[in-house]
Amino acid sequence: MSEATATSPGATRAVPRAAPEPRRSYVRPLVLVILLVVLLALPIYVEEFWLRTGFAVCGAIVGAIGLNLLVGNTGQLSLAHAFFLACGAVTYVFISGESGGIGLADLSGLGWPPLIGMIAGVLVAGLAGLLFSPIAARLRGIYLGVASLGLVFIGQHVLNSWTSVTGGFNGRSAPEFVLFGFTFGNRDPELFVVGVPFREAERLWYLGLVLALAAYLFARNLLRSRAGRALQTLRDSEVAASVMGVNVQRYKARVFLVSSMYAGLSGVMYALSIGSIAPESFGLEVSILYLAMIVLGGLGSVGGSVLGAIFVSALPLIFQRYADAVPLVGEGGLAAGEAARYLFGLAIILVVMFEPAGLAGLAGRFRRKGRDPGGGRATRPSSAATSSSTTDVPSDRPAQGSTT
Amino acid sequence: MTQFLSLLLNGISLGAIYALIALGFVIIFKASEVVSFTHGSLLLLGAYSIARLSDPLGFYLAALVGIAITALAALIVERLIINRLRGAPVISLAIVTIGVDIILLTELIRRIGSDILNVPHPWGGGSFRMGDIGISQNRLIATVVAGVLIALFFVAFKYSSWGVSMRASAEDGETAALMGIRLGRVSALAWVVAGVLAGVAAMFLVGSPTPGVSPAVYTVALRAFPAAILGGLDSTGGALVGGLLIGMAESLAAGYQDQLLFLGRGFGDVVPYVVMIAVLLVRPSGLFGTKELTRV
Repeated sequence: MSEATATSPGATRAVPRAAPEPRRSYVRPLVLVILLVVLLALPIYVEEFWLRTGFAVCGAIVGAIGLNLLVGNTGQLSLAHAFFLACGAVTYVFISGESGGIGLADLSGLGWPPLIGMIAGVLVAGLAGLLFSPIAARLRGIYLGVASLGLVFIGQHVLNSWTSVTGGFNGRSAPEFVLFGFTFGNRDPELFVVGVPFREAERLWYLGLVLALAAYLFARNLLRSRAGRALQTLRDSEVAASVMGVNVQRYKARVFLVSSMYAGLSGVMYALSIGSIAPESFGLEVSILYLAMIVLGGLGSVGGSVLGAIFVSALPLIFQRYADAVPLVGEGGLAAGEAARYLFGLAIILVVMFEPAGLAGLAGRFRRKGRDPGGGRATRPSSAATSSSTTDVPSDRPAQGSTT
Repeated sequence: MTQFLSLLLNGISLGAIYALIALGFVIIFKASEVVSFTHGSLLLLGAYSIARLSDPLGFYLAALVGIAITALAALIVERLIINRLRGAPVISLAIVTIGVDIILLTELIRRIGSDILNVPHPWGGGSFRMGDIGISQNRLIATVVAGVLIALFFVAFKYSSWGVSMRASAEDGETAALMGIRLGRVSALAWVVAGVLAGVAAMFLVGSPTPGVSPAVYTVALRAFPAAILGGLDSTGGALVGGLLIGMAESLAAGYQDQLLFLGRGFGDVVPYVVMIAVLLVRPSGLFGTKELTRV
């Protein structure tokens, strides 16, 4: 998305001949501003379906960024993401929901303000991550992958049996989000912007944008910081990392904490976007979809997580809506969700085999091709993935200033 | 007491089936360093093929063909994908198998739909009784067959040239390759063996007391993962012990469900994972896994 400066090593070398280099520093902010304006103005022009999809995508973006920190940047395979999503969602619904009986189930809820519910959701998910981290920190990638599989099933069991909190098999509805008296619902207050009624979908859209942007910036800055560098050293070689003074166990535990907090926020957003939670929304399949997002987007790249999340979470919805227009999908053919899953499966295989840096790598390659004759071949795809996320050098660095 | 013995016996039989699956999982890991998340859907493929083919072919032929199909599918995955990625990071390899799993599972679930396909085992759904202790005949036969297969496997692993070359390539791939062992062939064979084991496990897994082939079989197959991890991912003996342990734990938890009601209904289904996490807490590389030592 904003990995325009991914060419750090190549760029410094190419400085003398790359004439458009200085101009880039104007182009990039301009594109970002235009993008921002378009995103902000969208609710005025676009119908509700797209805004709802958009909010769901924002939730997925937050979750995917969190998972990518763990898998892509630290090299810890986790299939437990759905479990942490569930932690966030359930906590939000429990803390902000009202007590009461629905059908046979006797639900309990604290009825506290939704903002507290959201924060608590993030914290509880983080706590769950922290509780699991003694295991996570001691296990290497692949053992962790299978061990985390266990969390999903244990989570499913808890969701199904702890009826008073989770609503059991049927789930329970999620309260609307309220921020300092402003309801992210259809009323209270009624709101019109240039004649367009701003209802739940429009309001949530903005909430989603803000949260996704915050998640993006936090992750990007984290990766550029000392801690982020440590995590990436950890991925490349634990021995090297510990020799460099990185406390391997502690960093692994911490990244697990951060990643599950991301998942918690994403879970809260999921509950808001669907309006209810149910055990089936947090199954193994969800974990796998999140894995698909970051693999397709590009392991280790924050921007890649965003691209992947958009692709994976929007595709089934779009298939569903335009079932008639897409070949092989629709009546007599495949269901929308199935078609999307075939595509994800195939895409995962192709990405790992041919473009390990994912969509982010592809984007970077095209951008580089346009700029220097060396093309994208100078850097190996895998190193491109890491450099695009980590060596994201500010555009006003001295090397460039000297040429102008 | 009789209830306990009965549950224990059932647990062992279930554990034998898990051990078959886990063994395949471990062999693949040893030969090609891949943690195969495809295993669950391979198993479902085997079960589905047997169920669908029993009608035209009769059970025994269908079982043979079904097992062959599973092995063939495993071979195709290895040849088309895994073999081309040799030397890739373990995580990438695991993720690729997840990709395969998504495709295969989606296709199978679409075909099975909401039906439960029945597999007409010739030994039927009857049970075998020794005094007060009872076990379904299907499970009893499963235990015997699994025992024979596992014994055969261990003998082959120890004495056959395939076993020797596989152990050599697991020990040190580069040296093995220099000694003239063809790593590609070893890995392909490992996938085929794992496919066969999964096919056999599938055949028994869908018999009584399980109702038949449904997408739920996939989740049952996943419970063999903890078995492999718990025993140690690179230990064949560990897979056997892990399988039996998981089987017994699950059977006991399901049997004493009423006493364990405070943990929720259906707790037996998650016991394998609870046991796995408990073991990993104490021994991070499983009961019999090689401890990872790093020399700086």
